[in-house]
Amino acid sequence: MRGRLGCAAGLATIRPTMALLAFSFVDVLFPARSQALTAYVSNERDNTISVVDLDAMKAVKTIDVGERPRGITLTRDGHFILLCASDDDTIQVIDTKTLKVVGNLPSGPDPETFALNAAGNLLYVSNENDSMVTVIDIDARKVMAEIPTGVEPEGMTVSPDGQTIVNTSETTNMAHFIDYKTRKVTANVLVDARPRIAMYRHDGTELWVSAELGGTVSVIDPVAHAVKRKIGFEVQGLRSDVIQPVGIRFTADDALAFVALGPANRVAVIDTKTYQVKDYLLVGQRVWQMDFTPDGKLLLTTNGLSNDISVIDVAALKVVKSIQVGRLPWGVVVAP
Amino acid sequence: MISLLDQQAPDDGFAGAKLATDDNNTTGRFLGQAFQLIDAPVGGQDDPLAALASLADQGIAFALVDLAADGVLKLAGPAGTRGITLFNIAARDDNLREKDCRADVIHIAPTRSMLADALAQYLVWKKWTRWMLVLGSHPEDALLADAYRRAAKRFGARIVDERIFKDSGGARQTDSGVIQVQQQMPVFTQGAPDHDVVVAADENEVFAGDLPYRTWTARPVVGSAGLVPVTWDASSDSWGGAQLQNRFVRLYHRRMTALDMQAWTAVRMIGESASRTKSADPKAIMAYMKGPEFGVAAYKGQRLTLRDWNWQLRQPILLSDGRNVVSISPQPGFLHQVTELDTLGIDRPESQCKLK
Repeated sequence: MRGRLGCAAGLATIRPTMALLAFSFVDVLFPARSQALTAYVSNERDNTISVVDLDAMKAVKTIDVGERPRGITLTRDGHFILLCASDDDTIQVIDTKTLKVVGNLPSGPDPETFALNAAGNLLYVSNENDSMVTVIDIDARKVMAEIPTGVEPEGMTVSPDGQTIVNTSETTNMAHFIDYKTRKVTANVLVDARPRIAMYRHDGTELWVSAELGGTVSVIDPVAHAVKRKIGFEVQGLRSDVIQPVGIRFTADDALAFVALGPANRVAVIDTKTYQVKDYLLVGQRVWQMDFTPDGKLLLTTNGLSNDISVIDVAALKVVKSIQVGRLPWGVVVAP
Repeated sequence: MISLLDQQAPDDGFAGAKLATDDNNTTGRFLGQAFQLIDAPVGGQDDPLAALASLADQGIAFALVDLAADGVLKLAGPAGTRGITLFNIAARDDNLREKDCRADVIHIAPTRSMLADALAQYLVWKKWTRWMLVLGSHPEDALLADAYRRAAKRFGARIVDERIFKDSGGARQTDSGVIQVQQQMPVFTQGAPDHDVVVAADENEVFAGDLPYRTWTARPVVGSAGLVPVTWDASSDSWGGAQLQNRFVRLYHRRMTALDMQAWTAVRMIGESASRTKSADPKAIMAYMKGPEFGVAAYKGQRLTLRDWNWQLRQPILLSDGRNVVSISPQPGFLHQVTELDTLGIDRPESQCKLK
């Protein structure tokens, strides 16, 4: 896969001399990138990715990418970053060794987020402008299918058994269950206003969906296709309308869930047995997306309005660091 | 109209309703619901009652009304008897929500008092509290000026001078018009006591657009020109707004206006209520919309809800300079025991509305 992606006719990017100088300067500072735990953060307003060294706890490099970068993930082998360049209507492929854009995937218009299947060869993309989920074969770089869903498709996830793909639609307010084989929508579950992220527990027994304007997380039984529980949030001194759940992450043992609460500037920590919020961790401003380090010890959050990421110590449930990145950080992924 | 850029598109408002109908139908597909939009144009001489009767004969249950206040009032009674709920998407008159309020009229358009309060909060936040109020000579301008006077009193601003600009039937800045305007506006605003801003109340676009850069003293113009309170602006891209703007431009090849947004919101309110109730029964839909669970997302960062004392939609108001959203009201620090959105406009305790 790597060779095929690497030899693609990449976009020619002409940068001003100053930028080139900055590039080589940073390269000198940061020769041993492969040794460090590295996070990649998409900066929606800067059209860049910040490369964050998690040993040094700082951004060490900036990669120029396409317009309005949002969803970001890594290929299963860790060799490539996949990035939704929404306003360029494409998914960019970035080599993690050279940090250069080496190719594009045909994403359909306005790709926002995506999810990889278990094998890592198929990518499910939400096309926000098009009420569509696009299925892309990464190796062949081909669109395999387009699946119509609700208005403004947003969150994408694949069930742990790989059999179900879930897409949320922000204006239709549903979680759409899509069969992996037939690529047909098999069930639609109405949730609260403006659903953003859908996330399965690792054991697959529940699907959690955040509703940004509804201010809730719906816990869905993925077999019955029914909401079995709604989790609400309350932060002393904050108006309920600024509590806007977006990102969801489960610890590897599914014991805890972390929910990013947007302009409430907090991450809620939820006991998944009782569904009770056990803590609210104060992070940067307008927190949306999150990712764990591979060992599960740290959780990173993107804070859109304070232009930084917060680093949460998962065992201590403490915010231990905030790291400046580019403007309007959207997504984050940590390299294995 | 003073600027050619402000020329109204023939489908202003209607395009917003069409887009929302598309959005409703995309959602409806998953629930077995379909929505249909029928256009009933009413010309200057036409009787809106005839249009309403024809819609009623077609079994319509919800009607968006893009008419002035008297038109809305005229339709309200007959609509009720034919089982039609009206959605007022255009008329800003406070009286429609106060002494002339009706149980089966839902107001999506903001009132003059909501718009004036939204602007006033920002001016007070900015400490621009000395206002020169300039109003036009039309009755709507007098109502808007009332709203600004009320806002000044509520939020602690002071109107240090008031002037009326008489509409003498001038045209746009053609030929010698520019020269005249350049002479006229400084003189018109000359000799006022010290003020921080010029607040223009000009609903018919007679003069306000000519004020910026031409006032006697160098002061920002706000209100009907300069910094304008609106429900929507084509530059608003927060909270997913970029998606809506893109969808709109792609379909209609023009920018989305505030009237388009008001129509979009009305149609989405109906769609949202239909999908939550999983019902096509107008009674069930309206019961839900008027109930405590209802809220609609409209790219304003929070759910919009209805004031249950007069069925006015609560909504943040954008302050636009014509190119960007400068701020969004309610402003921080203007507190309310129920919702900050009720710091905009006439609040429950002051309301004269008795719904019937």
